[in-house]
Amino acid sequence: MPLLLAVVIGGLYATALYLILRRSIVKLLIGLALLTNAANLLIFTSAGLTRATAPIVPLGSDRPPAPFADPLAQAMILTAIVIGFGVLAFMVVLVHRAVQAVGTDDLDDLKATDT
Amino acid sequence: MTVAVLSGFVLALAAPWLVRATGRAAGWVTALLPLALTVYFGSLLGQIGAGDALNVTHSWIPALGMQFSLYLDGLGLLFALLICGIGTLIFIYSGGYLPNDPHLGRFLSMLLLFMGAMLGLVLADNVIVLFVFWELTSISSYFLIGFQHSRPEARAAALQALLVTGVGGVALLLGVLLLGQVGGSLELSTLLGRGNEIRAHPLYLPILVLVLLGAFTKSAQVPFHFWLPAAMEAPTPVSAYLHSATMVKAGVYLLARMSPILGGTDPWVALVTTVGAVTMLAGGTLALLRTDLKQILAYTTVAALGTLTMLLGMGTADAARACMTFLLAHAFYKGALFLGAGSLEHGAGSRDVDHLGGLWRTMPLTTAAAGLAALALAGFGPVLSFIGKELLLEAVLAQSPTRALLAPAVLAGSALSVAAAAIVGLRPFAGTRPDELSDAQEAPASLWLGPVVLAAGGVVLGLRPEILAEPIVTASAASVLTRREVADLALWHGPNPALAFSGASLVLGLLVYRAWPTIRRSAAARTWWLSWGGPSRWYELGLQALSWLAESQTRLLQSGYLRLYLIMILITANGLAAYALLARVRWQPIVLQPAVQLHDAFIGALILLGALAAAGSASRLGAVAALGVVGAGISLVYISFGAPDLAMTQFLVEAFTVILLVLAFYHLPRFARLSGRTARLRDVVIAGVSGTLVAALVLLTTTARRDSRIAEYFAEHSVAAAHGRNIVNVILVDFRSLDTLGEITVLATAAIGVYVLLRLRPEKGSTP
Repeated sequence: MPLLLAVVIGGLYATALYLILRRSIVKLLIGLALLTNAANLLIFTSAGLTRATAPIVPLGSDRPPAPFADPLAQAMILTAIVIGFGVLAFMVVLVHRAVQAVGTDDLDDLKATDT
Repeated sequence: MTVAVLSGFVLALAAPWLVRATGRAAGWVTALLPLALTVYFGSLLGQIGAGDALNVTHSWIPALGMQFSLYLDGLGLLFALLICGIGTLIFIYSGGYLPNDPHLGRFLSMLLLFMGAMLGLVLADNVIVLFVFWELTSISSYFLIGFQHSRPEARAAALQALLVTGVGGVALLLGVLLLGQVGGSLELSTLLGRGNEIRAHPLYLPILVLVLLGAFTKSAQVPFHFWLPAAMEAPTPVSAYLHSATMVKAGVYLLARMSPILGGTDPWVALVTTVGAVTMLAGGTLALLRTDLKQILAYTTVAALGTLTMLLGMGTADAARACMTFLLAHAFYKGALFLGAGSLEHGAGSRDVDHLGGLWRTMPLTTAAAGLAALALAGFGPVLSFIGKELLLEAVLAQSPTRALLAPAVLAGSALSVAAAAIVGLRPFAGTRPDELSDAQEAPASLWLGPVVLAAGGVVLGLRPEILAEPIVTASAASVLTRREVADLALWHGPNPALAFSGASLVLGLLVYRAWPTIRRSAAARTWWLSWGGPSRWYELGLQALSWLAESQTRLLQSGYLRLYLIMILITANGLAAYALLARVRWQPIVLQPAVQLHDAFIGALILLGALAAAGSASRLGAVAALGVVGAGISLVYISFGAPDLAMTQFLVEAFTVILLVLAFYHLPRFARLSGRTARLRDVVIAGVSGTLVAALVLLTTTARRDSRIAEYFAEHSVAAAHGRNIVNVILVDFRSLDTLGEITVLATAAIGVYVLLRLRPEKGSTP
């Protein structure tokens, strides 16, 4: 399974970076969204994969039955997902305003306007 | 002693107000400080002259073992007396030279700053303290040379002086740090006793070269001499004070101070003596090719500094005595000549010897002072410099191996000084007065006092050397030699070879003076290469090369294209990661558990296809839909591996994202294929390599140790301490609640940003 996920994560990174390198600013946005997902998956995989139970303590017990998935990585990813969404929303509006103000979505043209 | 050093800095802060309060008398008032300091240091003469040394230590940065320590011995005392004594006259002179200048306060402030720095430099015991003061003199010199900052020449000269001495300062810093390592102490007073160990150390040569570089740049030795004549852009009192009497002698001071530590070896003798002798001859020769009085004096200063350096290189007792005597004498007569040149400019309106003449009738006091000082420059008459010159000749003639080489050089150097002295001492004053000088007049008291006192001082010291000159020279030479020998200074040494040499140099010099107009004409045609390939040209080329380098690397790296920055970052990151993965990591067997099940393969394929579709889609909606597929696939992965909370959040957020993008893309431009084929291919390669490296990284993480004690801790305490059963939630809202607060803040900030951007209209009428 790690092998499969390695390929998936590598593929996600490759497509995300390819999109980020495009001149169209809208493609850059999509690339960023993909990159967020790829990074989350990377953290998830490197924390160790297990098909065991979720880190939830059953009623009547005071600790989860071993083995259980690593709760710390999950907490971090949860934070990252939400923050990624906030950043993406901000980026979308920013790009929208930028395109409106400058009148182009070509990053190479944006270079010329700020000088 | 600490108060003495720091008083200059304190008064420098107060100087502008002082000038406002005292008006035209400001020069006289500020001169009180150096006068008081002169008296203070003079009162120490008896004690120091007897061979004592004073040491003061204050704790500075105790954590680094740094001390602010001062050390006063004969050498330091000689310099301190020169700095304060001549300083007194310079401050008086400055008040008269720049009476109506609106920036007189700033000028005196900088001059005081310089005086304080110079005192600190010659009295410092800790080498770091010495370096700090050394740099302070460079900086105050920069401000003083560029005082008339509206003139581009002054600015260029100031920068040149700062850069040349600054490079030397860096070398000096490296040198003294190495010296501190090797000698085991940063205190000069301690290092003085460890000369033998340091000279035997393998790092001796680098230390020597670095320290000499510092001294040579500061003291304008060939090939760094060019900044000194250029620095004559400074107002005349500055030239007299910094660029003849004191600052340029900081290099000489350093050499003298370091003699017991680094001196006496073959490389020292060879380097220092040769550079000094070459500088002496070059300065003397170049002086004859100028007609501006200050330029002539600047080059004779270069020559004098060369002579001092040469004497320190020889390192004999005779040479040390000659050096100290000559140093003292030079400060007096050169200060007098510079100030006299300034008075001439003030009274007659010109500094060019070709335009001056016959001024002895209208400016008798200046004439007398300049005449006496010129005699001293030539090294004749009842003046201290005659004694210095005799000692110099004796020192050179006494040393048999170097005599053959140095004696002719010294003879030529003396002859050149005689000629230069005749030019500056005779030309402006003797002969007939040109018509345009008819309204010339004697300078006011503040302007003639300095030259007269200095010139007369040289005579008094020469006539009665035993009163003041002998104890100072004895004490300061003792610092250089680390043993005390009474210097027997007398005007008349009886007929000896040195006297014959002096006579020969006088005759030669007068012959050169007679031929001066011819020499200048023929030299003008032959020295074209100096401006084409001389050291100052190297300086210019070096400066140009530096700015060219800065410009081209900026153009190369700062292209302004976002993609190129990203590519650079990616290539660097990939390169480092690849190096680490291939060369530094020892691969363990990769863990392939848990095994792939059929639905896993299906999910993986879904994500990959979704990502590819998002990258390749030509329509915006298609790309957004593909993005949604990727997000959904990832939440399936989370479900399969025990993370239901993540799956839920991911699903929700993904839905929001898709909705947001669909709404927003309605207002965003359509996808356009902007990059060319090659650019796309390049990006595919870069992205592919990056993806491969990330995949390798993922596989590497499976081999890492995996016993999370943190996870164990959370499992243990979730119910017991936080009374929650969903451990992930407990971490978020309890154990790491502050992080969650941060996350909420980020979201709130983003929300405010979104709101503001949507409300803020660049122009009315444009649709949101």
